[in-house]
Amino acid sequence: MKLKTMNKTTRSNMITYAMVIIAFVIVQIMLGTGNISSRLQGQLVPICAYIVMAISLNLTVGVLGELSLGHAGFMSAGAFSGIVVASCLSQNTSNEILVLVLSMLVGGVVAAIVGVIVGVPVLRLSGDYLAIVTLAFGEIIKGIVNNLYVGLDGSGLHISLIKNTLQMDGGKVLINGPMGLTGIPRIASFTVGFILIMVCLFVIFNLVNSKSGRAIMALRDNKIAAQSVGINITNYKLMAFVISAAMAGMAGVLFAANFSTVVASKFDFNTSILILVFVVLGGLGNMRGSIIAATVLTVLPEVLRSFSDYRMLVYAVVLIVMMLATNNPTLKNGLNLAWSKIAGLFRKNTEKGEQANV
Amino acid sequence: MKMKKKIALGLVLAMGLTMFAGCGGNSGDKNAAADNAGGDTAAAIKVGGTGPLTGGDSIYDLAEHHGAEIAEEEINAMGGVQFELKMEDDAHDAEKAVNAYNTLKDWGMQLSLGSVTSTPGTATSDENYRDSIFALTPSASATTVTEGKDNVFQMCFADPNQGSASAQYISDQQLGSKIAVIYKNDDVYSSGIYETFMSKAGELGLDVVSTTTFTTDSQNDFSVQLNDAKNAGADLLFLPMYYDAASLILNQADAMGYAPKFFGVDGMDGILTLEGFDTSLAEGVMLLTPFSADADDERTQSFVAKYQERYGEVPNQFAADAYDCIYALYQACTNANATADMTAEELNELMKEQFTTMTFDGLTGTGATWNENGQITKEPKGMVIQNGVYVGM
Repeated sequence: MKLKTMNKTTRSNMITYAMVIIAFVIVQIMLGTGNISSRLQGQLVPICAYIVMAISLNLTVGVLGELSLGHAGFMSAGAFSGIVVASCLSQNTSNEILVLVLSMLVGGVVAAIVGVIVGVPVLRLSGDYLAIVTLAFGEIIKGIVNNLYVGLDGSGLHISLIKNTLQMDGGKVLINGPMGLTGIPRIASFTVGFILIMVCLFVIFNLVNSKSGRAIMALRDNKIAAQSVGINITNYKLMAFVISAAMAGMAGVLFAANFSTVVASKFDFNTSILILVFVVLGGLGNMRGSIIAATVLTVLPEVLRSFSDYRMLVYAVVLIVMMLATNNPTLKNGLNLAWSKIAGLFRKNTEKGEQANV
Repeated sequence: MKMKKKIALGLVLAMGLTMFAGCGGNSGDKNAAADNAGGDTAAAIKVGGTGPLTGGDSIYDLAEHHGAEIAEEEINAMGGVQFELKMEDDAHDAEKAVNAYNTLKDWGMQLSLGSVTSTPGTATSDENYRDSIFALTPSASATTVTEGKDNVFQMCFADPNQGSASAQYISDQQLGSKIAVIYKNDDVYSSGIYETFMSKAGELGLDVVSTTTFTTDSQNDFSVQLNDAKNAGADLLFLPMYYDAASLILNQADAMGYAPKFFGVDGMDGILTLEGFDTSLAEGVMLLTPFSADADDERTQSFVAKYQERYGEVPNQFAADAYDCIYALYQACTNANATADMTAEELNELMKEQFTTMTFDGLTGTGATWNENGQITKEPKGMVIQNGVYVGM
């Protein structure tokens, strides 16, 4: 009953939360009973990270309406800073969850700071120009991290750029230039990933439904009209952009903490585009769609392994067919019709049931 | 308009269907073949490995896949311990390598060939260690692959060894008085060799006159690096990199009329089989590799003949490494009386014991031994390219 009295947006948001929770419960049951392949089990954390990447980019692309091609750059900034913190902390404490949460917070903050630095000059641009600059930003982050050396020993952190000139007294090298992060404490867990998705969804849904969210969408729909009613364009743009960056940073930490090694070139232009594909396929501004698209497109290449040599070819064809099918009005109408019929059946049944009860 | 759309959709579907049908048929055949093989070798130990079957580095994985297949067939024909081999694609990416590894684990992998390249190798070797599945990698040469993991072993030289061995070789043979180095500073393999080469060169008093770098994004134009080396008067150019970039360097040096001696490492192997590369440019290039296809011992010759017959090209060092890996596993399994019904953990313990104690004779070196860290000790051979083939120096 309550579901019906809610307004349309709230209901849709609740369905999204419920979907994520149900998926989590199902996977937990599968894990508990051991009915899960090691392939899927190994992909759980990356899927969570990609979902967070997709919904955070959707905030920039779908809600704010600006095309960003450097989202993986924020992921990288978060991953590398967060894992350095995690490595330092895990020497002093054995509480993995605490270490992971703290390092995710640090990763998020660092990515947010980078977001501000990039955003302040860049968000005065729009359209193609913004896309070009964010693309360059992603490459710059990759270039910096590729030349970064960070070591940890008894006397603290050592950092050097371009040439490895670390004056180490024992200890270990955390970021080793092009070799990236090695010996990462593997502390990521599916549960933390699930909680991160829920938190990000909560933040995004509440932002979109707030005064700020309406301002952000207003300047997406018509910049001049928004300006004329006194909305501060730069501030609101920056707000959405930085929140999106912070989430990407946290996703980066989660992703990196799942593997024993991560290199800077992992977070390149291709990864940014991959995440953009999740967003476009799921629908601009449609968080539920992003979640589904991110999950399906992460699992798909692995499921297609049975096609061996033709794997990536089949993947591309499936992608094209999906794009065409989801945009096909005939198919959409057909699906809607079918859905309303099914819903109608249920309604009739319950009405009958109620009558019978009376 | 609507008609057009429908036709378009129909065409796409038809295309998709035919492709699926084609693939289905193909994979069906493969499965059938695998089943037959399974019938003959009822109790085979399952060996799995990941490598870049697709992407820029696929030449390594294809070579290793072929080399391992030949070894597998020979061993299965001999009777005794039987192997079943499976390779999965990792596209030279750590994340995909872990996925590929897990796929192999679902398949029931008992022994592992690790990964072909270093970055994926670092990620999968950690999984090997966690799951107690023994790994012997043919070519993942970074030290991080074996570091801290007692059940991961390498068939190739570790990167630092290659760097210092190259410096030692250049110094011993007095190949050049002024040396220039070009390396790829966003690549684990290249920068790893560079660092140890430089420290060894410093010890030996080699005169390095020019050091320049490039990255994945800038590996199309080497005029700056080559001019720098030329102006410094270098007569030996050390190229610790993979063959794809090296082929461009050879091309561009030739175009600008600069002809120093070129010295490469095992990543240079494969340059002769690169499509569209004029092999006459590689004439006189020296490289350090443990394998030479023109060696006159019987095993190498029979391997090269078989490889040429089946795949139509001369096998490179990577094919030989993978071939050796399968044979080393065979030797260890035979010595330890390992059987296919043992679990991966049981095999893991047996293999660890065998590999730290046994001595192995293979195509890529005789009397090879492994230390506790999983690194191999064997003699590198200097090779020079003459008339389009490798000749021992």
